[in-house]
Amino acid sequence: MSTPFAKLPVWVEYALIPLVNLAVAFLVAGIVVVFVGENPLEAARIMITGAFGSGEGIGFTLYYATYFIFTGLAVAVAFHAGLFNIGAEGQAYVGGIGVAAACLTFDHTMPWYLVFVLASLGAMAFGALWALIPAWLQAYRGSHIVITTIMFNYIASNLMLYMLLNVFKPLGQMAAQSRTFEPGGQLPKLDWLLSIFGLDIGGAPFNFSFLVALVAAFVVWVLIWRTRLGYEMRTMGFQPHAARFAGMKSKRIVVIAMLISGALAGLMALNPIMGDQYRIQQDFVTGAGFVGIAVALMGRSHPVGIVLAAILFGMLYQGGAELSFDMPEITRDMIVVIQGLVILFAGALEHMFRPAITAFFARASKSRSEAAAGA
Amino acid sequence: MDHNTIIVLLQSTIRVSVPLILTALAGLYAERSGVVDIGLEGKMLAAAFAGAATAAVTGSALTGIGAAMLVSVALSLVHGYASISQRGDQIVSGTAINFIAAGATVILGQAWFAQGGRTPALSADARLATYKLPGADAVRDVPVLGPIYSDLLSGHYLLTYFAFAMVPITWWVLYRTRFGLRLRAVGENPGAVDTAGISVVRMRYLAVICGGMLCGLAGAYLSMALANGFVKNMSAGRGFIALAALVFANWKPKNILLTCLLFGFLDALSIYSQNVELPIMSSIPDQAIQALPYILTVVLLAGFIGKASPPKASGVPYVKER
Amino acid sequence: MSDFAIELKGIDKRFGAVHANKNINLKVAKGTIHGIIGENGAGKSTLMSILYGFYQADSGEIFISGQKANIKDSKAAISAGIGMVHQHFMLVENFSVLENIMLGAEESAILTKGITKARAELKRLEEQYEMEVDPDAIIEELPVGVQQRVEILKAIYRKADILILDEPTGVLTPPEADHLFRILAQLKEQGKTVILITHKLREIMAITDEVSVMRRGEMVATRKTSETSVEELAELMVGRRVLLHVEKGEAKPGEVKLSVRNLTVRDSRGVTMVDNVSFDVRAGEIVGIAGVAGNGQSELLEAIAGMRPATSGTVTLNGQPVDITGPGDPADMRRRGLAHVPEDRHHTGLVLKFEEAENAMLGYHGDRKFGQSFLLDVESVRKDAMDKIEQYDIRPPNPRLKTANFSGGNQQKIVLAREMERNPDVLIIGQPTRGVDVGAIEFIHKRIIEMRDQGKAILLVSVELDEIRSLADRIIVMFAGRIAGERNPDASEGEIGLLMAGVEQKLEAAE
Repeated sequence: MSTPFAKLPVWVEYALIPLVNLAVAFLVAGIVVVFVGENPLEAARIMITGAFGSGEGIGFTLYYATYFIFTGLAVAVAFHAGLFNIGAEGQAYVGGIGVAAACLTFDHTMPWYLVFVLASLGAMAFGALWALIPAWLQAYRGSHIVITTIMFNYIASNLMLYMLLNVFKPLGQMAAQSRTFEPGGQLPKLDWLLSIFGLDIGGAPFNFSFLVALVAAFVVWVLIWRTRLGYEMRTMGFQPHAARFAGMKSKRIVVIAMLISGALAGLMALNPIMGDQYRIQQDFVTGAGFVGIAVALMGRSHPVGIVLAAILFGMLYQGGAELSFDMPEITRDMIVVIQGLVILFAGALEHMFRPAITAFFARASKSRSEAAAGA
Repeated sequence: MDHNTIIVLLQSTIRVSVPLILTALAGLYAERSGVVDIGLEGKMLAAAFAGAATAAVTGSALTGIGAAMLVSVALSLVHGYASISQRGDQIVSGTAINFIAAGATVILGQAWFAQGGRTPALSADARLATYKLPGADAVRDVPVLGPIYSDLLSGHYLLTYFAFAMVPITWWVLYRTRFGLRLRAVGENPGAVDTAGISVVRMRYLAVICGGMLCGLAGAYLSMALANGFVKNMSAGRGFIALAALVFANWKPKNILLTCLLFGFLDALSIYSQNVELPIMSSIPDQAIQALPYILTVVLLAGFIGKASPPKASGVPYVKER
Repeated sequence: MSDFAIELKGIDKRFGAVHANKNINLKVAKGTIHGIIGENGAGKSTLMSILYGFYQADSGEIFISGQKANIKDSKAAISAGIGMVHQHFMLVENFSVLENIMLGAEESAILTKGITKARAELKRLEEQYEMEVDPDAIIEELPVGVQQRVEILKAIYRKADILILDEPTGVLTPPEADHLFRILAQLKEQGKTVILITHKLREIMAITDEVSVMRRGEMVATRKTSETSVEELAELMVGRRVLLHVEKGEAKPGEVKLSVRNLTVRDSRGVTMVDNVSFDVRAGEIVGIAGVAGNGQSELLEAIAGMRPATSGTVTLNGQPVDITGPGDPADMRRRGLAHVPEDRHHTGLVLKFEEAENAMLGYHGDRKFGQSFLLDVESVRKDAMDKIEQYDIRPPNPRLKTANFSGGNQQKIVLAREMERNPDVLIIGQPTRGVDVGAIEFIHKRIIEMRDQGKAILLVSVELDEIRSLADRIIVMFAGRIAGERNPDASEGEIGLLMAGVEQKLEAAE
């Protein structure tokens, strides 16, 4: 039948079920902590204070969240069009070329806000370019986009290593990284933003790209729910046959959706390159492209949900760093485990608890109506 | 290039091909049954850890292999539960397994051995055994054929011989046994299998378990043969190269052997050329060689050389039609 | 031992709100060919799927040769001696014939021994039943008729005593169908029992011994074939239903708005679905296409709407030729004044996960009135939807409600409102009232008549003969992809029913 599950109240559908899934993911993570021989509640406490207990902690949390907002949005935009972009990692990495090229070329001559505009354009262009080939192959040659984007992640990592060693690396330097940018290639910190709340940013690299990420989230919301293109993408994602009926150009939409997705992933490069390290270096994406999958799944592909989920993951990253000081047994790799568990329970096992919850509500409403009938 | 160089290169090709072959075959079982498996990387990694950790503690290579297979099969069952029983998204489930394995191996390694995620170096008994082919020493001095036999073919790990043997065995299982017939059928048209009175669910679970066992062996090979213990993220993308090889080989056992040897050779070449100056190699960037397997796979997927024809039902959960 | 191969007692099955089988009783005598006829949705396939263990009945009992049987899955059905040839073949397309035959009946874990035996057995069966197939041929390279033979061989190979065939001739050419009937007769001679599900009366008359008629989930009659007539069966099948009364005046046909010439459509397998069809629809008239589902009506509609490329033929819309054999562009057809109410609102006409207002503009979302730029003006989208909700009395009147939460009738009204309110010149409508409640049916029928009276050219496809008869000004009957005949709406139900069952075609062919 077309509706496999009984109807549930909206709050159950959009709040309770995701929260139950999330809770189970954390429960299993807690079991891992117990396995390691630590107290999971204590670990949670350390994580939360580490992430939100100080201005610096919050600064770091939001700095990490900035990565995940971009990549989460990238994955979500593709999801809306029914595509699984597993290549945000590579797109973000290649997007770094655009940022670095703009910074290295103009950091002497231009103020940061002009360089920022060029860097953003460059990041989007390179990110989109890296998504274009898999998108085109999916639309016109029928190659499965999941496999091609995986392949492109690895091609990207080799390409970038080559670029770093042969293009960006100054002569006589060993490490695969560029020179450090002049102030023109540096985004300002958002210390003022935190100080409004009476917080001190300390050494946290919380920077201007966070605001860019929020703007991007808003733009994605407009795109998906307020433009004709977004409407066509959602039609494609939900019901390809209805898109055909409506006369939409499916192949073109696949390509455009992936270009936007890649551009968003590319923008992520601003945060580490121009916002923190002031140079391009190897593996600056550090898995954020994959975290984007978890973030998009958890945020149910809605920008508000994505921002919240990104902050949660930012908290895990920052709190996880603190945790590894206090409980050396629990390294930052714990976050990776949690990430995997979130993807498992909020994604692949999304419907595991639904029958039980549905049955519970069916029983509840039945007993309510019986009570009403009895009275 | 002299004989010696070629032998060294080929020897190293064999060494690095083994985990690719085992993992690609693992993927073959799962995907031929209709379950897409992008969690190969994670399973291999988890198995590498389980194998090395167990072998380090027990001092027995055999228990190590057993543990590696056990853990890998357990993860396969998680993937199976999500994709077969719960009909969840197979890509999402595979991704989750990769992350869980990447994180959990380091966490547990640190907690148990406190060496920054490494496992202790394995004693000789705890490592996989090598096997010298009969008469290897005797014929070493025979020109050309001698070194090929004694240096190239002899002296590998038992698991290496097993991996190569698994290719024809898998072919035989796939095309000559009842299990293989049903396995191939369930990945093409589960409806046909169901109406023939065979359980689709059972077949798919069996397939992912087979995949889990092979992935477990690949992991054990990494940490107990190629290396002398587990190191963080030691699978280093081999699971994905194996996946690429599987696609490139068009889901066929014989092609898997050739593709894995090709990809392995590229890897061996790039390792070798880092140490030794090779005539043509110096003008090609190392990264280009590293990226070549992926590029080749994309080109194949695009249908420019031959045509990729994945099992028709792969990635699609089986639901009886109304 | 019982004389009955199969006895069903009180089989009842529901799918959610749909009562697919209502207290079915059926006896099939051994060694006979027993036909089961009924319109689409009458519950024939569900009943047979229960017998084959694909579904479980909610209640009722099954007896095989007098023994109570618990058929919990296909395996149980097979071991009870039941074989089934599905409408969509259950064959592994890239396997050889032999591999398909063996699948599930391999005998031993290693194939080698079994293969030799299977090959010999297959050869024996082929000879016994005159069914020639190359055991090493790959299924996807075989013609559909041969694939079906493989399905039959598969069942016999499994020692089936009872063979169920679900609409076996739908994909066959007439000579292939005749060959199939010879095979079935042979099977009967060898003592097998055959159950033939079909909607084609000529097949029933030609080869069955007994025939049972199903209608709307019920078993309404069983007759000896020799003691019944096509007329009686057609009437039993369609049922004497109260004709829904629709007020309608004389049609005043104007100029030709839609002209279809020699339209042929083949599907991806190369099977001809629409075969050289030509007709005109004029302004101010309703042309109804009657026929049992699956006789090419869906493909015809989709080809005209630009959703499915035609193999050959021409379509002229508003006097302008349309490129009908190209990839197709539904958006362009809309711009030229064609509106399309698709047969399947769940997968084609609506996106059930969308808000009502979003569906109210599907296909017309490029319209300037929904926003001047690339942005959608959500206010005007919702206002437009609200207008239609009021005009068509769509309930609940909430443009922001998810479409899945509307009833079938209201969902259909959403589609109709969208397509009708664009003032199209030509309106093509598929199954306007499928799964729609009675109140909404009346409303929808009235609306269609109003459109006609406004001078629209309307092409109406419906499997409900009543509906066609009460709405159409001319009735075209499709059978096996061709136009079987054209009748006035006052032609008797029986007459049209015979055309729908392809009976007249047989008589012509025989001459």
